[in-house]
Amino acid sequence: MALLAQYVVGGLAVGSLYALVALGIVLLYRTSRILNFAHGDLATFGTFVAFALITAARWSFGVSVVVSLVVTAVVGAAFFFLIIRPAKEATLLGKIVITLGLALFLQGATTVLWGTDTKTMPFPLSDTRVYRLGEVVVSQISLGSFAVGLILMAGMYVLVQRTRIGLAMRAVSQHTVAAQVLGIPVRQIFALTWGLASALGAAAGILLAPVTLLDPYMMLDPFLKGFAAAVLGGIDSMPGAAAGGLLLGVVEALFGAYVSVKFKTTLAFVIIIAVLAVRPEGLLGREYKRRV
Amino acid sequence: MELRQRYEEDLYLVRGALGWTALLAFAALLVLLPYLAPGYFLYTASLIAAHVVIAVGLNLLVGYTGQISLGHAGFVALGAYTAGILAARLHLPWPVAMAAGGVVAAFFGFLVGIPALRLTGPYLTIATLGFGIAVNQVLTNWDALSGGRSGLFLPKLAVAGVRLRDHHIYYLFAALAAALVWVAFNLARSHIGRAFVAIRDSDIAAEVMGVNLTVYKTLAFAVSAFYAGIGGAMLAYLLGFLEPQMFTLFESIYYFSMIVVGGLGTIPGSILGAVVLTILPQQLAGLKQYLPLVYGATIVFVMAVEPWGLYGRWLKVKLWFKTWPF
Repeated sequence: MALLAQYVVGGLAVGSLYALVALGIVLLYRTSRILNFAHGDLATFGTFVAFALITAARWSFGVSVVVSLVVTAVVGAAFFFLIIRPAKEATLLGKIVITLGLALFLQGATTVLWGTDTKTMPFPLSDTRVYRLGEVVVSQISLGSFAVGLILMAGMYVLVQRTRIGLAMRAVSQHTVAAQVLGIPVRQIFALTWGLASALGAAAGILLAPVTLLDPYMMLDPFLKGFAAAVLGGIDSMPGAAAGGLLLGVVEALFGAYVSVKFKTTLAFVIIIAVLAVRPEGLLGREYKRRV
Repeated sequence: MELRQRYEEDLYLVRGALGWTALLAFAALLVLLPYLAPGYFLYTASLIAAHVVIAVGLNLLVGYTGQISLGHAGFVALGAYTAGILAARLHLPWPVAMAAGGVVAAFFGFLVGIPALRLTGPYLTIATLGFGIAVNQVLTNWDALSGGRSGLFLPKLAVAGVRLRDHHIYYLFAALAAALVWVAFNLARSHIGRAFVAIRDSDIAAEVMGVNLTVYKTLAFAVSAFYAGIGGAMLAYLLGFLEPQMFTLFESIYYFSMIVVGGLGTIPGSILGAVVLTILPQQLAGLKQYLPLVYGATIVFVMAVEPWGLYGRWLKVKLWFKTWPF
């Protein structure tokens, strides 16, 4: 029983990071109906910026993280305004292809700037210091990332559901033109959404960096998991994304422990296909309807 | 400006004296290439032939049917490894091994096509991406089948016990690619190709018009995977060595950039894209680390500026000259 609880706690810690990635994906999807394939690579880029600020510029950890989050947010917003909006081919396929191109570009830029060798991120929390909660052992780092994840999720919830900005964001996601007619500054809202989503991804990347080590491909796997979590929870539901992320983390940890470690990564895709076959709108999403 | 008045005229693959001259000149160039080009270029030309086959197949799926596949390296790997295992372990002759590579890949294409019936857009992209990664993982972990990271060596191509030289391989591959391209042209202008295009433009409307989505979507996947499998088998024989890291997500995006750069939904575009994106990395050999950067920037640039790719630009230029001075 203690072993099971241990796996669940480990899964929750990883799951909170999946949830952060999923939140970014859902946030973007809700407002601009775009699945951003560059989400993971944008996060990697942000993580490397933080790494460079800490190691090369010798800034303090806190300042570096804040600056890197802002940089990532600006890059994300700039990407939307400079490339996606003016793009000629505005079909779904065209948009997906563009974000793919950007993903490749960012990955290439990260490789050129920082190289492909793995790096260790200096991190204030330690991997080896552990706390005991009854029979369950939690490392400082997973406790920290779980806490930060929860705080960010709660912050997102408050922002979207309880503030005027969140109201504007919801309005834009429902009907852009109507929102514009009602005087909502749609362009600012889009910029804010893209910036926030990108920064959320970068936050997940920074929290993940001490565990997985830094390399230009580090966020590929978490991005795919985050997408699976978003599908599981419902691609237009923010609480769904959070729940889906945590659930996926736990299921994956249990699957890895009791069934097979080798095929742990494949599980996420099986979940995507299963969810779409049984309940396409996801756990907490609204009913799945298609406009003709 | 020639007008087309009957449906049959629209079906002609080659139009007018100019079209035939261009086609014959191109064919003559292909035949004479070993005498004109330096020896090392024959290897590149054979590689181009394999890439043309893969790109044409991918374009039938993405450009014509509108079903995104980001796991095409998985199909290429299946074809390559099927051919490789049959040739290296069971010592089957190369035509059998190559055909088997295509058939096995097509079967997996059909399997991937089944969930694709329910998945559209981003979902399908992620699912195919997952398929590509899964194939790579299985090939890496299942040493007994694939030889794992230590690789798999193929016997050289031979006819009746005589080893083929470089220019023989080039002629063989060029003929194979030409035949498959010709099939693709015919497929695209037949009722099957029209059904593919109808599905791309609106699958619900297509279904209302009597296009059986189940049949045509899985068919598109199977045909595309068949091309990828044949292309993979060609790559396997050309390189003589297989390793799972040759078929990663990067390769999937590489094939994808070929059709985007060349022109989505056009077969000449796929050929053009395959040629350009095979020669370009070889010219940029010293800048290998910049390749993802260059590909990424190229995709974004092409999609933002010229969504119909190089071939679309060529059509516009042609139209401008045809209608000049208007």
